[in-house]
Amino acid sequence: MRQDHLITATQLSRADIEAVLDRAAEIDADQAKWGERYDRSVLALCFFEPSTRTKMSFDTAMKRLGGTTTDMGTVESSSVKKGESLADTVRVVEGYADAIVLRHPSEGAAKMAAEFVDVPVINAGDGAGQHPSQTLLDLYTIRENVGLDDLSIGIMGDLKYGRTVHSLADALTNFDVRQHFISPESLRLPRNVRFDLHQAGAQVREHTDLDSVLPDLDVLYVTRIQRERFPDENEYKQIAGEYQIDAETLAEAKEGLSIMHPLPRVDEIDPAVDSTPHANYFEQAHNGIPVRMALLDFLLSEQEASR
Amino acid sequence: MSDHELRVSKIRNGTVIDHVTGGQALNVLSILGIDGSEGLGVSIGMNVPSDRLGRKDVVKVEDRELSQSEVDVISLIAPEASINIIRDFAVVAKNRVDRPETVVGLLSCPNRNCITNGNEPVETKFTVVDEGVRCAYCGTIIRDSLADHIAPDQ
Repeated sequence: MRQDHLITATQLSRADIEAVLDRAAEIDADQAKWGERYDRSVLALCFFEPSTRTKMSFDTAMKRLGGTTTDMGTVESSSVKKGESLADTVRVVEGYADAIVLRHPSEGAAKMAAEFVDVPVINAGDGAGQHPSQTLLDLYTIRENVGLDDLSIGIMGDLKYGRTVHSLADALTNFDVRQHFISPESLRLPRNVRFDLHQAGAQVREHTDLDSVLPDLDVLYVTRIQRERFPDENEYKQIAGEYQIDAETLAEAKEGLSIMHPLPRVDEIDPAVDSTPHANYFEQAHNGIPVRMALLDFLLSEQEASR
Repeated sequence: MSDHELRVSKIRNGTVIDHVTGGQALNVLSILGIDGSEGLGVSIGMNVPSDRLGRKDVVKVEDRELSQSEVDVISLIAPEASINIIRDFAVVAKNRVDRPETVVGLLSCPNRNCITNGNEPVETKFTVVDEGVRCAYCGTIIRDSLADHIAPDQ
């Protein structure tokens, strides 16, 4: 992969994706071998929104490559609270680190940040935009469990605001994948993602209920429907209830169906599903380490080569 | 059509933007950032009869020759527009407008959550796509009524 930054999944070719996944598999097989690779490098963690998995896994990934991390902390405790622009923040931080991981509530934040700095910027979520490093670990998990070609995947839940969904849908256009989008009418894919999928010639179908499509699926990617997307509590409860998975739902599924979720979940996957062979979401979260190690390796080695 | 019918006199030097889609003349001036405060002589004819368009607008800007890159963005709201450069009452160049690849600093992104609507030192940038224009930062597509999105400080 030859990229200066990772901003959106649309920038990734099939070759880019396969290079990262292959490197991640290599790392996964023998993580210890990589323990001193970047022992002089520092990764900045700039999270303007809360994060558990993404932040901790980038932190761990960098440390397992021998490097260290420097953390901006919460917005409340940073100079952002004093009114500093993002452009200024990242220009200061690039002096402290060899790469920046950025999560920000505004769409396009990572793209803009990358224009202001010379170190690699990794978009760890920009509002309802993109979350491409999550997509790489999603693809890694899919490849490990069912392979990445001749595949039917169902992507269910909040498709409108779900940044993991947008990035995953874009990236899957590089593979022979039939994408089924399952959501309430009000949370369908946004126009810009539809545009990307159309431009890429993707095989796409939309559904408002899971039942009709479940038996065809090899992967079901579930996302959380957030309370704040609905004006009233009752409407939320009613709609969210229609997109929940339990052991009974899965009676109609293929034996090899892989269920994934970017986590955190609330109640969209019943805990009873956790003990079934379908449940791959914790494995998916764990894959964040080798995949982010591989991603950092590509971006930091590009950075070293350009010096 | 005669100048008498147009009720707009010939200009000595400057630019005439002809065959503007009827009703879009004021938006053309907005796009060009011309609001009269520059002291330029500006005349417009709106909804005048046209063989080609049925109704068209005409914009005449005195003592300023607009460059091709300045006028290309007009194509987004008036794809049939033609640009005539006038020197000493004579047309010395006549060009059509071409669709630009990008539009920088002209339009506001309608997505209120786009980083370009935050307090950041960045100009808006839209790429021109088949369906309209698309924010280079957040990906939002504007399909219709482009003139409604002209940034207020234009």
